[in-house]
Amino acid sequence: METVINSKTAHMTPEQKAAAGMKRTPTNRHVHQKLTVSDTVADVIIVLILALVLIAIIYPLWFVLVASFSDPTAVANGQVSLLPKGITLAGYAKIFHDSRIWIGYRNTLIYAVLGTAVNLLVTIPCAFGLSRKEFRPRRVIMFLFTFTMFFGGGMIPSYLLMKQLGLLNSMWVFILPGAVSVYNVIIARSFFESSIPEDLFDAARIDGLSYWGYFLKIVLPLSSAILAVIGLYYFVGHWNDYFTGLIYIRDQDLEPLQNVLQNILLANQTKPGMAQLTAAQSQNIGDQIKFGIIIVSALPLIILYPFLQKYFDKGVMIGAVKG
Amino acid sequence: MSAQSADVSATARAHGRKVAAVAKKTGSDSIPDNEWIARHQPWYKRLANHFRRYWEIWTMILPAVGFVLLFNYVPMYGIQLAFRDYDVTKGLTGGKWVGTEYFEQFFRDPLFGEIIRNTFRISLWTLVMGFIAPIILALLINQIASPKVKGFVQTITYMPHFISTVVIVSMINIFLSPGTGLLGRFFGRTSLMGDPKAFTSIYWISEVWQHMGWNCIIYLAALSSVDTALYEAARIDGAGRLQLIRYVDIPTIMPTVGVLLILNMGSILGVGFEKVWLMQNTLNITASEVISTYTYRIGILDTQFSYSTAIGLFNSLVNFFFLVIANYIAKKTSDTSIF
Repeated sequence: METVINSKTAHMTPEQKAAAGMKRTPTNRHVHQKLTVSDTVADVIIVLILALVLIAIIYPLWFVLVASFSDPTAVANGQVSLLPKGITLAGYAKIFHDSRIWIGYRNTLIYAVLGTAVNLLVTIPCAFGLSRKEFRPRRVIMFLFTFTMFFGGGMIPSYLLMKQLGLLNSMWVFILPGAVSVYNVIIARSFFESSIPEDLFDAARIDGLSYWGYFLKIVLPLSSAILAVIGLYYFVGHWNDYFTGLIYIRDQDLEPLQNVLQNILLANQTKPGMAQLTAAQSQNIGDQIKFGIIIVSALPLIILYPFLQKYFDKGVMIGAVKG
Repeated sequence: MSAQSADVSATARAHGRKVAAVAKKTGSDSIPDNEWIARHQPWYKRLANHFRRYWEIWTMILPAVGFVLLFNYVPMYGIQLAFRDYDVTKGLTGGKWVGTEYFEQFFRDPLFGEIIRNTFRISLWTLVMGFIAPIILALLINQIASPKVKGFVQTITYMPHFISTVVIVSMINIFLSPGTGLLGRFFGRTSLMGDPKAFTSIYWISEVWQHMGWNCIIYLAALSSVDTALYEAARIDGAGRLQLIRYVDIPTIMPTVGVLLILNMGSILGVGFEKVWLMQNTLNITASEVISTYTYRIGILDTQFSYSTAIGLFNSLVNFFFLVIANYIAKKTSDTSIF
């Protein structure tokens, strides 16, 4: 149970670090020293590589956005590179009138919101309980949980279990089987162990608070960061879930967004004998709709991203504690 | 509280000789050691005490324990299906015992060699490249002096991690479409997605593209804990920028590297099902059929439940074997281990 990283300082904010008398920037730039030639060369190479990596990551995403607004023929001829050409909303208009996408959208929204609520209700109290060191059975229970990260029953026994439980073709298959993610339990438990001072517990005990009272009144208000991180992990997981729909859902009205996307985006990919049938023109319009659908389907995450990205580091760093 | 202490004192009287022994141990005649007494009560009393004290914690963790038992351990119990003939009327565990028949069937399967080779090839490439890239990226990002620029670079590199597999694969398809795609137009009329030789490269390059930024967070966290005095000392000794990376940064992240390497070894045959399945088409199938997609094809589509379970179990066992081996080696050589 030793920590991989220095857990004492890792989750502190820069302000806290400054207050604790630590240096703010752990970089190795030292102005009082003369830069050597090899250092300058190294700097240039580092900047170049980083710039290339950034472009390689951002450009495809930017291109999808630009192409969804552009004239599809111009996109196919390679005339669109940085800015949209022949701006048109025709693709989005077609998407707007496709009822399949909206059914998928509605389903996934329900599954994701309800699923994340159940996830948090089950995961967070459990993680708190397992963070109490005086609770001896926690070691056995942690082992029981961790073991499932490395070994499982596999696809078919799970499928047959869902069948016996009557979860096939039911919305609950999106919510119940994945209610606990062991990885998230470990992250939350590490957070409670390392970030909530033990003195608070002693004080709460003296004031006569029970475990539930201490958890609800003292710990939860101090844990908004971890709630945000774990809520985000779960929500993204639900939003991007394709596997559950593929295996357990046959009813089209219950299909989540990702499976609808698969039907639209990948159904007419290059399969022998099929590609030649479609005329170049309609192929291009199809591509434009695809670009638009990609943007529309990622919209909730794009909106959430700026608000939540400050929590990302925190979540992974807390999770860097061994289970 | 008073009821509890009365209880304890009653026990103390009953175990007079033991109390005397305790008194001798603690070097006092009058103060009994309550903890020692509590530990030496009969088991049913200790159990009752435990629940009286911790019933609230049990209510907190029981829902999660229930979910894990039902949805993780019941399927594990169902693994015995791999050794039985599936019988619809008798459910998960009622069929006739056939031993290792289905495993032998898998080893004799004409596709066996191809599937194992594909799985190893795809996962080894992804494992090695997907493991090295984040380390290099973290070392580079760590060199950025301005916190603002650093934050910006991190925000951008995390982004693809949140894109769904379906969208990633359709982006690959559109970009690689022959003649018109962003990348496809450089390859003329040949369809890269239909080329078995290109499949592995497309797979691991897109994996690295998507997860490199996210996976480097953990190394950046480790690097942020380096004592700045180390850098200063190395500077005074005349170390250049590259030497700082070589002699300070890399040794700092080595323990993290070790743990992550072990964890990754556990998925050596665990090529993700979704992405391979979505990237598969009739033209590249000879290079893209892996164990998990074959399990799906045999099990869910052809409903050969027992055979498919046996293949899945074989996969899990190989993964587990590699995890244990990697953990053992790491423990012997560098004192890093996960269990």
